[in-house]
Amino acid sequence: MDNSELVAQTASRIFRDHADAQEIILSGNEDWRVALWSAIEGAALPAAFLTEEQGGFGETRAEVYAAGFAVLREAGRSALAVPLAETMLAVWLLAQAGMEAPGGAMSVAPADPRDRIRFREDGSLEGRARRVPFGMAVDRIAVLASRAGQRIVALVDPKDCTERVGRSLALDPTPTLTFDGVQPIAQAPLPDDFDPQDLMQMGVAARAALISGALETVLDLSVRYATERVAFGRPIGKFQAVQHMLARLGGETAAAVSAACSAADALATGQPAEALLLEVAAAKIRCGEAAETGTLIAHQVHGAIGISDEHVLHRYTLRALAWREDFGGESHWALALGRAVCASGTDALWPLLASR
Amino acid sequence: MTNALRFDPIRLPEACQDLRQEVRAFLAEEMARGTFGPGKETSPEEALEFSRRVGARGWIGMTWPKQYGGQELSFLERYVVTEEMRIANAPVRPFFAADRQSGPTIIRYGSEALKQAILPRIVKGEASFCIGMSEANSGSDLFAAQARARRDGDGWRLNGAKIWTSNAHLNDFMIGLFRTSPATTQNRRHGLTSFVIDLKTPGIDIKPIGMMSGTREFNEVVFNDVFVPGDNLLGEIDGAWKQATSELAYERSGPERFLETYDALRDLVALAGPEPDTRMAEGIGRLVAQLHTLRRMSVSVAGMLENGVEPVVEAAIVKDLGTVWEQALPHRVRTLAALHDDEGDGGFEERLNQQMRIAPKLTIQGGTTEILRGIIARGLGLR
Ligand SMILES: Cc1cc2nc3c(=O)[nH]c(=O)nc-3n(C[C@H](O)[C@H](O)[C@H](O)COP(=O)(O)OP(=O)(O)OC[C@H]3O[C@@H](n4cnc5c(N)ncnc54)[C@H](O)[C@@H]3O)c2cc1C
Repeated sequence: MDNSELVAQTASRIFRDHADAQEIILSGNEDWRVALWSAIEGAALPAAFLTEEQGGFGETRAEVYAAGFAVLREAGRSALAVPLAETMLAVWLLAQAGMEAPGGAMSVAPADPRDRIRFREDGSLEGRARRVPFGMAVDRIAVLASRAGQRIVALVDPKDCTERVGRSLALDPTPTLTFDGVQPIAQAPLPDDFDPQDLMQMGVAARAALISGALETVLDLSVRYATERVAFGRPIGKFQAVQHMLARLGGETAAAVSAACSAADALATGQPAEALLLEVAAAKIRCGEAAETGTLIAHQVHGAIGISDEHVLHRYTLRALAWREDFGGESHWALALGRAVCASGTDALWPLLASR
Repeated sequence: MTNALRFDPIRLPEACQDLRQEVRAFLAEEMARGTFGPGKETSPEEALEFSRRVGARGWIGMTWPKQYGGQELSFLERYVVTEEMRIANAPVRPFFAADRQSGPTIIRYGSEALKQAILPRIVKGEASFCIGMSEANSGSDLFAAQARARRDGDGWRLNGAKIWTSNAHLNDFMIGLFRTSPATTQNRRHGLTSFVIDLKTPGIDIKPIGMMSGTREFNEVVFNDVFVPGDNLLGEIDGAWKQATSELAYERSGPERFLETYDALRDLVALAGPEPDTRMAEGIGRLVAQLHTLRRMSVSVAGMLENGVEPVVEAAIVKDLGTVWEQALPHRVRTLAALHDDEGDGGFEERLNQQMRIAPKLTIQGGTTEILRGIIARGLGLR
């Protein structure tokens, strides 16, 4: 068993023990968050993307990225509703600038490729970031900002920002934060070869891993339900129409897993820019499509009970759908990929695909 | 996870990418000498010559044992050769079925005499195969086959007819499914046997059947007391049903299962030009993302085959998603091209129309969408 499988197993155990979807629903309160988060920090999962040199566990970047994305696939399988992915990304971003993570829950900004945050002359920040996941519910935000062409990571206390409340499809917080006049708690420059796209690409791959994991559970729940639920004297899974719906859900899940794993692997191994754009855009687009098709099938198979608030299904389906929105939607990435493909010309398309 | 689907991010090893360059160079030479290319109708004779040259390169039966002329190379290397040939629209008809299906079946189930007689010829590009499974009243339900084989001395006598047999008119051999016993009440799949049949044997009549696309591919193959030697038996008498599944993984997950209409996308990107409008660019981006994902899934299945896994369900998923996608592609391209206000090269619409004439068959041949979904459902534990 390699490192990534070990870390993923640890994560899976923590999520099973502290983030069981049914128990969360039945509890009717938010107390579960405390024990879950302390187990997550206890296992140092927020540092999953860091190498030993950066204060993490694995030796190489390939190894720790594999572990990190495996943790996120597990988080997706549990429809994790705490800012683990966000904290992992923030810790990763800080590390790119050689900064140590302060501990506690974090998020990143911008989380939309159209948003920009700048330094003012007086050393405070300026700009806004839309859809910052868990924005006010975290201790710190790692902000990717710029000053005269130089990229800088700034650590910010969200309480210093102005918030416009926003909620995701799954009702997790996604506020718009305005940074005008906010003084960073700490800051450090990023190396010259750091591309702001790197953050968006890590974010997309993280969300793709989450979506693919959520769809795996959605498939599991749906198949199990189809073998248990009886109608017209037999389990509904014996009806060919239901079998074919589930076969399609299986196909969509497989496509999401495949696209997400491929993008994660490409980021882990480091690839030419055009190849990364293809891999990341494909993960964004294909996982988004799979989420739409797959979650609707799962609900159809479950009938009314899947619609009830006490049933676990919606925790997975709504998050799989909500996670599509972050770090640029499918259209944003399709446009970027389409433009790049056309700019290179039709004869370059196959060699690009075949290089993967 | 009870249903964990394995689609590991397999990458083609460096050696494969070198091989790819060799194949591309070879195909460029072949185009230069006029074997095939845009607007060129390759004759059966030219296709056969081409297949011999491919064989001479060692690119037919590459994964097979050396003792039968193979190279014992990996499925990933074969994958690269297959996809490059497909993308170039190379005339692979004479060797494609033998390389993908018939050869591996013979290796697994053929007599030693048969293997020695036929496999080296396939590898040289000199023995081509067609697949004789479907009949007028037996398509998805293969086990309804009625064409018969009865004992005759050391061999067998065949009677009946196969239909929709692709390329039988060009091929040397058929692997055919024949009834040797009635089905039993316990097992309706019982009673069918596979044979290798030399299509030049007296008593075989091959009649063309036209296709809506105008392509000359389909045939009806009628058997009138055709003799087949005993050595040409494949596997167990009455037990062909046990042999069916494993080859299907090769047949179902290859690049030919999503690249058949790739030219429509190639044409669209050319039409769009270097600075497409937003709608066009977004549409192309989506199609490329979908295609990339299909290919990554397909490579993953090739990697599983290489590792000795039999990914029956994963292969069915690739074929289901791949054929549905390639079938829809010309229609998506049509929609995206509709608002493009320029003459193009004139041939665009004509080529696209041809892709739309071909498209309906893609989700029927080699197992329909519905049959594939049944296989996937079984894999999920529902049947
Ligand atoms: C281009 C092309 C090339 C071909 N080449 C060859 C060849 O070389 N050799 C060969 O042997 N055959 C060949 N075939 C035949 C092919 O294998 C059959 O067409 C295919 O298996 C379907 O059989 P059918 O046409 O009899 O349709 P049917 O089996 O009659 O099916 C008709 C419809 O009913 C559906 N259906 C059938 N059974 C079920 C079920 N249990 N559940 C749900 N739906 C069902 C099917 O999905 C389909 O939609 C070729 C076909 C095509 C189109």
